[in-house]
Amino acid sequence: MITLNAKIPEGPLEEKWTRYKSTTKLVNPANKKKLDIIIIGTGLSGAGSAAALGELGYNVKVFCYQDSPRRAHSVAAQGGINAAKNYKHDGDSVFRLFYDMIKGGDFRAREANVYRIAEVSNQVIDHYTALGVPFAREYGGTLDTRSFGGVQVSRTFYAKGQTGQQCLLGAYSSLNRQINAGTVTMFPRRDMLDIVVIDGRARGIIVRNLLTGEIERHSAHAVVLASGGYGTIYYLSTLAVNSNASAAWKAYKKGAAFANPSFVQIHPTSIPQLNEFQSKLTLMSESLRNDGRIWVPKNKGDKRPANDIPEEERDYYLERRYPTFGNLVPRDVASRAAKERCDAGYGVGDTGLAVNLDFRDAIKKQGKKVIENKYGNLFEMYQHITGLDPYEEPMRIYPAGHYTMGGLWVDYELMTTLPGLFSIGESNFSDHGANRLGASSLMQAAGDGYFILPNTISNYLSGEIRTPRVPTTGAEFDEAEKNAKERIDKLLSIKGKNTSTTFHRRLGKIMWDYCGMTRNEEGLKKALKLVDELRKDFWSDLMVPGEGADLNQELEKAGRVADFMELAKLMITDALNRKESCGAHFREEYQTPDGEALRNDNEYSYVAAWEYNGDNEPILNKEPLKFEFVELKERSYK
Amino acid sequence: MPDMKLKLKIWRQKNAKTKGSFVSYDLDNVSPDMSFLEMLDALNKRLVEAGKEPVAFDHDCREGICGSCGMYINGYPHGPVPGLTTCHLAMRYFNDGDSITIEPWRAKAFPVIKDLIVDRSAFDRIQVAGGFISVTAGAAAEANAILVSKVKSDEAFDSAICIGCGACVASCKNASAMLFVSAKISQFALLPQGKVEAKARVRAMIREMDKQGFGNCSNTGACEAQCPKQIKLTNIARLNREYYKAY
Ligand SMILES: Cc1cc2nc3c(=O)[nH]c(=O)nc-3n(C[C@H](O)[C@H](O)[C@H](O)COP(=O)(O)OP(=O)(O)OC[C@H]3O[C@@H](n4cnc5c(N)ncnc54)[C@H](O)[C@@H]3O)c2cc1C
Ligand code: SF4
Ligand code: FES
Repeated sequence: MITLNAKIPEGPLEEKWTRYKSTTKLVNPANKKKLDIIIIGTGLSGAGSAAALGELGYNVKVFCYQDSPRRAHSVAAQGGINAAKNYKHDGDSVFRLFYDMIKGGDFRAREANVYRIAEVSNQVIDHYTALGVPFAREYGGTLDTRSFGGVQVSRTFYAKGQTGQQCLLGAYSSLNRQINAGTVTMFPRRDMLDIVVIDGRARGIIVRNLLTGEIERHSAHAVVLASGGYGTIYYLSTLAVNSNASAAWKAYKKGAAFANPSFVQIHPTSIPQLNEFQSKLTLMSESLRNDGRIWVPKNKGDKRPANDIPEEERDYYLERRYPTFGNLVPRDVASRAAKERCDAGYGVGDTGLAVNLDFRDAIKKQGKKVIENKYGNLFEMYQHITGLDPYEEPMRIYPAGHYTMGGLWVDYELMTTLPGLFSIGESNFSDHGANRLGASSLMQAAGDGYFILPNTISNYLSGEIRTPRVPTTGAEFDEAEKNAKERIDKLLSIKGKNTSTTFHRRLGKIMWDYCGMTRNEEGLKKALKLVDELRKDFWSDLMVPGEGADLNQELEKAGRVADFMELAKLMITDALNRKESCGAHFREEYQTPDGEALRNDNEYSYVAAWEYNGDNEPILNKEPLKFEFVELKERSYK
Repeated sequence: MPDMKLKLKIWRQKNAKTKGSFVSYDLDNVSPDMSFLEMLDALNKRLVEAGKEPVAFDHDCREGICGSCGMYINGYPHGPVPGLTTCHLAMRYFNDGDSITIEPWRAKAFPVIKDLIVDRSAFDRIQVAGGFISVTAGAAAEANAILVSKVKSDEAFDSAICIGCGACVASCKNASAMLFVSAKISQFALLPQGKVEAKARVRAMIREMDKQGFGNCSNTGACEAQCPKQIKLTNIARLNREYYKAY
């Protein structure tokens, strides 16, 4: 069994990070050049860390599956990025941001890590601004902010509805500067297939060159996973369709514990499914809830067009149930409330699986121009996809899989339980507990990449300065490459009748029905069986045409679906284990009389870190969560 | 709207070394709610189930922001509807019985890799040459220390939203990359943060652009018309000014 040592520094909350930084071991500049670091991923976390580590003088190799690092999934983030600047003078502070995240996460995150990310949030905004990220500004020339769900201050910096794109292009530019300087080498169109472990340490990776199909070996003194989240396990989700769990899953199978895999955020405001071939669900940013009001008809099955339903026959159910936070309740709460109304028969649209997000009042009050200025591109996107005009009638929205709070377990240094393997950004589990607050993921990804990892990785690498450049010829590389090739051959040899996408859709449906917005024991147990059956079908009836030694997109997909099916079982196992409701993990058996999540702090105030155990059941390791600086409370947004 | 029947004529090419050709496919049951890429998914499903190789194309976000997708659709990069990427183009814009011709970007600097996939790494090399502001993590001043006029900042944003898809190059008879390069140059030229390195940047990016084999700009304006993000030609004028200032 592994030991979980979170390595939280001693001392008061607000001094931990400063103390850590001033006492951690450093690597001198001459030695940095001799140390190789591999990074998987070029999102805000990966590109940021590559740039920062390159700037420090390390020798960095970066990988992504897209044709260019600029296309990493972070590019799609819309609404904004948080920081505790208190520019609005509305009482914000590092502590308040920390507290909002701890509470928003329903007291299932580690205090020290959360405080630290709140602390570096301001540096992130300073850095992006210096890189030329065109955040929205006030007329006086200062930066503007807006509000997001689950908080009562205005701390979200934004660039229209394209904040992720602008931050990512900023990160990409800093990455490019290091490529230009020769400290970073970029390897696009590569799929990571395995981690190579030598003498108990992560020493390299096996990748498939997606253009040629060639299997490549790369070695390093440390490996960093910045490979994003696994929300695409539901098939239909708001993520880029090629987003996957494979890198993190391979790490798990090589000894990195996987924490809280069942903590998945279902986002309340996405465009509902429109056709059976639909490949993804498009998010409508949470920022819309600043001005849009969510409602359904008061009368069951009322099929009149929304605009014909008079005010007194509308149920603004979020405002009704949560008068304090209203439409700005956290995502998990908003999603469940939408599901509750639709399940009870009040949903709108052809399928009844949608609720209204209405801008009528905001347009009346602020004028169309102002609304257009704030959300123009989102409105346009909505209209193009649905053919409906949200200036004239309410948007129709429904929850969709969006973000994974679960991920690889990391300690305070962002190192996994496999020495030398680090995990940053959405791929780790660290900062969002059981539910993430809006606009805090970009903040975390950027903070991890630019400001945290560069400070913590040196503590590990200082012990590596005598390790010569790792050769890629050893038995461990041979073995990992052989395994990767064997799996490819196996996938190609089934020659069944169904595409990997067909299996992915079926998996997505099982997970959505039984391990989605709400869960219960019976359903989860059923899901375990269904996933087992699906896996059997997959390995006997899959069709992957073409060859391995060629560009083969069906093969890429098949490998990802195979990993998703394995991860699905771990997610379900985790959801079964946690006999409480917290944040996005809502076990129907554990709720308050008015339908809110019922935590069980005595028994479940821990991080569930699952350890791979071959063909046997995974081993549960518990990291107890100690709350020294905040009081454990019922999370209320009423 | 009921489902549609389409006649597709798609460029198939095994790899960079072999010659490609058009192959025709009939596709039924196309829902008007599908995106163009979902329509191709439907075709690919049929091909794969029959053990045949699907049509290869780049895609990822499927919401118009990553810049992965892109193909000529009836001669237009990203298709006939202005302001949309291929992934956002709904089949609603087509009619039952339509014939649709689908090809990869054609430009010397974007060699075809397979079917509809081309190599756009030349774009990255231009950005690597100078598309950045040299600031090291940790060195930045407080974000509000430098005030930036909202008008300028909004204008910089309008340039910064280029997604690097390459439609501008594909639409240009000279295969010029000027719109793409000018978008980055403009973003930084409009912001005080970008001023310090302005001269070196524009020289480096133009030098690299020429080296990558893109053609010259003859002010035809096809790029602006086809750009899914509606990046304006005025960016090219600004690029030219910045370039003259730099020598
Ligand atoms: C539609 C949408 C909107 C969002 N809006 C917001 C928002 O407004 N504010 C906010 O804070 N958060 C938002 N989020 C969440 C946020 O965008 C992500 O959590 C964050 O960008 C993740 O960044 P990352 O660096 O961890 O990884 P990503 O940006 O996901 O990047 C992953 C990288 O890993 C690479 N990779 C993955 N697997 C492999 C592999 N096997 N081999 C090789 N490379 C691999 C990919 O190529 C990519 O480069 C949004 C998310 C979605 C889906
Ligand atoms: S300028 Fe427009 S067409 Fe050209 S790459 Fe950018 S977004 Fe695409
Ligand atoms: S797939 Fe991302 S822009 Fe089309």
